[in-house]
Amino acid sequence: MTDKNKSALSSALNDGLNWVDARFPLTSNVKAHLTEYYAPKNFNFWYFFGSLALLVLVLQILTGIFLTMHYKPDADLAFGSVEYIMRDVPWGWLIRYMHSTGASMFFVVVYLHMFRGIIYGSYRTPRELIWLFGVAIFLVLMGEAFFGYLLPWGQMSYWGAQVIVNLFSAIPFIGPDVSEWLRGDYLVSDATLNRFFAFHVIALPFVLVGLVVAHLIALHEVGSNNPDGIEIKKLKDKKTGFPLDGIPFHPYYTVKDLVGVSVFLIVFSAIIFFAPEMGGYFLEANNFVPADPLKTPAHIAPVWYFTPYYSILRAVPPILNSQFPGVAAMGLSVVAFAFLPWLDKSPVKSIRYRGMLYKQWLVAFVISFLVLGYLGTVPSNIWGQFGAWMGGADRATVVARIFTVVYFLFFVLMPWYTKKDKTKPMPERVTG
Amino acid sequence: MSDNQNDNQQADSQKRECSQVDLDKRNFLIATSAVGALGCAAVAVPFVKSMTPSERAKAAGAPVEVDISKIEPGTMMTAEWRGQPVWIINRTDEMTAELAKHDDQLSDPASEVTSQQPEYCKNESRSLKPNLAVVVGICTHLGCSPSEKLQRGGDMGEGWTGGFFCPCHGSKFDLAGRVFKGSPAPINLVVPPHKYLSENLLLIGVDTEEKA
Amino acid sequence: MKKLLLTLLLMPFLATPLVVSASESISLDKAPIDAADHESLQRGARTFVNYCLNCHSANYMRYNRLLEIGLTEKQIKDNLMLAGEKIGDTMKVAISKKDAAKWFGAAPPDLSVEVRARGADWVYTYMRGFYRDSSRATGWNNTVFDKVGMPHVLYELQGEQELNHETHTLKLVKPGKLSVEEYDVLVGDLTNFMAYMAEPAKHQRNQLGWFVLLFLGVLLVLTCKLKKAYWKEIH
Repeated sequence: MTDKNKSALSSALNDGLNWVDARFPLTSNVKAHLTEYYAPKNFNFWYFFGSLALLVLVLQILTGIFLTMHYKPDADLAFGSVEYIMRDVPWGWLIRYMHSTGASMFFVVVYLHMFRGIIYGSYRTPRELIWLFGVAIFLVLMGEAFFGYLLPWGQMSYWGAQVIVNLFSAIPFIGPDVSEWLRGDYLVSDATLNRFFAFHVIALPFVLVGLVVAHLIALHEVGSNNPDGIEIKKLKDKKTGFPLDGIPFHPYYTVKDLVGVSVFLIVFSAIIFFAPEMGGYFLEANNFVPADPLKTPAHIAPVWYFTPYYSILRAVPPILNSQFPGVAAMGLSVVAFAFLPWLDKSPVKSIRYRGMLYKQWLVAFVISFLVLGYLGTVPSNIWGQFGAWMGGADRATVVARIFTVVYFLFFVLMPWYTKKDKTKPMPERVTG
Repeated sequence: MSDNQNDNQQADSQKRECSQVDLDKRNFLIATSAVGALGCAAVAVPFVKSMTPSERAKAAGAPVEVDISKIEPGTMMTAEWRGQPVWIINRTDEMTAELAKHDDQLSDPASEVTSQQPEYCKNESRSLKPNLAVVVGICTHLGCSPSEKLQRGGDMGEGWTGGFFCPCHGSKFDLAGRVFKGSPAPINLVVPPHKYLSENLLLIGVDTEEKA
Repeated sequence: MKKLLLTLLLMPFLATPLVVSASESISLDKAPIDAADHESLQRGARTFVNYCLNCHSANYMRYNRLLEIGLTEKQIKDNLMLAGEKIGDTMKVAISKKDAAKWFGAAPPDLSVEVRARGADWVYTYMRGFYRDSSRATGWNNTVFDKVGMPHVLYELQGEQELNHETHTLKLVKPGKLSVEEYDVLVGDLTNFMAYMAEPAKHQRNQLGWFVLLFLGVLLVLTCKLKKAYWKEIH
C-alpha cells in the first residue's frame, strides 16, 4: 500500500467516524469508558474477576440462545430434549457443557469478585451504589441459576425446585398460597417448568444485563477502588488533570485482562473437556434420572453455590412449629451483604491497613462460609451423633449452628470490631 | 553525577526503550490478534454447525423404500420423503408416447435446468424406466402440491394430454413433470435421487451405492 | 483444637465426589472402562441388544451411532436390529411401560444414561451381584440393589450364586456356561458399552480437549508477552 492510499483510507475512516459522532456519542463514550477511563495502576489478580464475570455472562447468553433452539420446555419432552442436544445436535454436547460449566464458573468468579470487594473495602463511600447493584446482580443470578436448574427435568432438578418453592410456604399466613401460585399447580409440574423457562431465558437475563450496565455506569462515575483503598482522584497531574496513580483502562487493563481471560479459558476448557460433571458438583448423577414426582432421591442437596445458605436453613431449628425462622435466616444470610457499606466503621478501606481484630473476624467468616458450604452438600448425619449429653443431636447440625452464628456475627458485630480495630496509617500514593 | 546529567541519560534510555517497546507491542499485538481471531473462528464453528440438521432430522429424512408393485398402469401413488410428497406414476405406453409430441409447448422440454433432475434422468421421459416417473409433487412456483390430472381431456379441456395442474396459480405440468409454457412456475418439477433395489422396490433419496 | 481447625480448613478439599450413595455400605468393583477399545464395545453392544434390550429401551441411542465403534451398517442391521427397524432409529422396546410395570412391579427404566446416573462401577458390580433368594418373587436378589425387581437375566451364563450373610460374600454354587473370568469379561464389556452409550461424545471430547488446551496455552504465552510489552512503560 502506498502512503497516498494509506492517507486516503485513514481520511475515509475519519469521515465515517465523524459521521457517526455527529449522530451518536461514539468517540466520547470510548474515551469515557476505555481510553480516558483512568484506573489505579496497582490492580492485582483479584481485579481479573470483574471482567471475567462479564465474559461468562456473554458466554452464558450465547450458549443459552443456541440451547433454546433445541430444548423443549415440556415435562414430557424436556429430559429427552437435553439428551437430544447431547447426542443428536451437531456439537450440542459442547454447547450444553459450556452452559452447565458456565453456570458454576459464574458463581466461582462472582464469589471471588465479591471477596475482592470485601477485603479491599470496595463497598465503602463513594461506591455504595456499585456494591448495591452488585448485590442485586448476585440475587438475580441466584434466581437465574435456580430457574435454569429445573429445565433438564431430572430428579435433582425436580426435587430441588420442589423444596425451594416449598420454602415459601413457611411465610406466615400467605405462604401456602404463594407456593401454589409460583408452581401454578399443586406440585411442581409442566406448568412450573414452562414458567421457569420463561423466567430463565427472558425475564431474568434482561434484568441481569440491565443491572450489569448500571453496575458499570456507577463504577465509571466514581472510579475504581484499589488494593490500597485510597482515592487516586485526590492527586492529579496539574497539567493534564489525570490522576497521578491512574493509567488509561485501554490499552493497559485490556491487555492485562486478556491474560486473565486466557487463564480462565484454560480452567474452563479443562473442566468442559475432561470433567464436566466435576465429581457431581457441577452436574449431579441423580439428574440423569428423569423427574419422578412419586419418588424422592435418597439424598438431595442444592448445587454447590447454594449450599452455604442451605446449611443455614437446615441449622436453624423450627420455632413454635414454624419453619419460617430458618427460611428468614437463609434469606438474611444473602441479603446481609447489602448492609456492609453501613456496617463497616473503619477509618481505612483495605485489609492492608487493617488490624488483627478485623482479620480474625474475616478469617472466621471465610471458614464459616466454607464449612457451611461443605455441610450443605452432605446429609446432616454425616458425622454421626453426639451422646446423650447433647440430646443425641447430629454432630454436623451442631457444627452448622455454631458456624451460622459466626457467619451472622461477622455482620452484626462489624460496627464494633471495625471501630475498635488498630489500623495502620494509609500511604499518600498507591503501593506496588 | 548531577541531576541534569541523570535526566538526560534517562531520557535517552527511555527513547531507546520506546522504539524497542513499540516493536514488541506491534508484533505481539498482531500475533495475539491473529491467534485470538483464529480461536474465535474455531469457537464459531460448533455454534454454526449446531444449526445444521441433527441426527434425528437426518434419520427422519433418510431414504425411503417404496413397494411399487401395486400401482396399476395409468395410475400413481404418493410416497413421503423428507416431509414432501413424491409421486410415482406408472405411465401407460400411450402416455409415454405422448411425451415426445408436445415439446413446442414446454418451457424446458429437454430438461436443461440441471438442478431439477439427476443426470441419469435427463432424458425424454425424465426417468430411469420409461414407464415409471418419480417426481417431487411440489410446484416450482410457490410450493403448493399440484393435483393429478392423469387422463386426457376432462375438466382440463380438449387439448389436455394428461399431467398435473396446480390449484394455487394454475401452473400446468405434463406426465414427466415438465412445465407448460405460460405457467407461473418457471421450471420443471424436481426428480429426486432414486434407484430401484429390485423389480418392485424403489429407494427414494439415494442414487449411488451406499457408503458403508 | 488445632487439629479440628486444620480439618475444618481442609474440608473443602477432603469433600469426596458426590457419586450416588444408594449403596454406601457396599464397596463397588472397578469397571474396566476403555472408550477406545472398539472390540470390547462391540461385544458389549451385542450383549446389550441380546439381553437388555428385550425389556429396557435406550431411547436416546441411535443404531447408526454404532458406526463410531467400528461396526458397519450391514453388521448393525444383520446382528443388532430387528426387521423393519431403520438404521437411524433409536433403541426402542416392544413392550409398553404399562405392561412392563404390571409384570415386573416397576417399569424397567430406560438405560441410555444409566451409567451417568449410577456410575459404571455400580453397573459392573450389580450385574455380577445377583444371588438366589427364595424370599423374593423372582427368586433373585442383589448385593448392590436390595430387593431388586429384575430377575437375573444372565443367569444361564453366570450360574447361581449364594450370599453368605455373615461375611457378606458371594459364592458360586452352580456354574453357568461361562467361567467366572469369562463372565467378568462379558459384564465388563457390557458396562463399557453402557458407559459409551451414556455419553457417546466423551471420547471425542477428551481428544479435542488436548488441542484446545494446547491452543489456549499458546494464547496465554502471547497475551502475557503482549501485556509485558505494554506495561514496560508503567513504573
